[in-house]
Amino acid sequence: MKAAVVVFPGSNCDRDCKVALERTTAAKVEMVWHQETSLPAALDLIVLPGGFAFGDYLRCGAMAALSPVMAEVRAAAARGVAVAGICNGFQVLCEAQMLPGALLRNADLKYVCRNVDLEVVNQQTRFTAAFAGRREARMTVGNGEGAYFADEETLDELEGEGRVVFRYRDNPNGSARAIAGIVDETGNVLGIMPHPDRAFEAELGSADGALLFQSILASA
Amino acid sequence: MTTPVRAVVHVFLKAGVLDVQGKAVENALHGLGWAGVSGVRVGRVIEFDIAAENPFEAETAVKAICEKLLANPVIEGYRVEVAP
Repeated sequence: MKAAVVVFPGSNCDRDCKVALERTTAAKVEMVWHQETSLPAALDLIVLPGGFAFGDYLRCGAMAALSPVMAEVRAAAARGVAVAGICNGFQVLCEAQMLPGALLRNADLKYVCRNVDLEVVNQQTRFTAAFAGRREARMTVGNGEGAYFADEETLDELEGEGRVVFRYRDNPNGSARAIAGIVDETGNVLGIMPHPDRAFEAELGSADGALLFQSILASA
Repeated sequence: MTTPVRAVVHVFLKAGVLDVQGKAVENALHGLGWAGVSGVRVGRVIEFDIAAENPFEAETAVKAICEKLLANPVIEGYRVEVAP
């Protein structure tokens, strides 16, 4: 598998994502600076990592969504390349309108950083197939603006089309309908607030994130 | 001839989007004794100069800027003031 991790100024989980992908899928991983106007050839996966791109100024992900590389990410997704936005990457995908909705300030105004239990709502996606019947997953969240928001109509549509992929068991941030992860209408673009890259081997407290990366490997 | 026009943009969360900052400020004001305060909203103000032929052209450009970057139409509304 060949993957690219996009690096924005302020990304801080980019190297975690590289290590997680290498160890769980043996992928060849290239780091791609946000100013690039082309992507490496023959990619199977593009990761938008966690962090604080552009200092979270204005709105989380707002400036990053306008970075030159995002036009290439959008085109790659349209070609069928898997795109996974994790935490800040999820915010970037929403700001880029590659995913519906937005991430708001957490309901209690607090930054929340802890392990969370998730329901794997849809196991038929290219990001979850390796869960193979397991409905439970544990990953780590670390966010201050992680409350997923979309209007009721959009939420109904997401649920009706099986595009809610992960849901919190115990909603840590006030997300609408406890949504932790969604895919776009093509199924190629995933946004997930918890970090699979912080939960990919037992020493980290959970290895469930590895299943997400291995699902992508299998779909590549 | 283009002359700089001063633009002031006010961005607020839309009605129906929970403004947790506004709620926290409102609770703090109640705690200080202002029991009559309600409907607090916290937003942001962005000011800049923009070159334009006339205020109408400036306003059109500023609105485009709001749609593109300054506000996220999914969650936010905005109000534009332009002054020559």
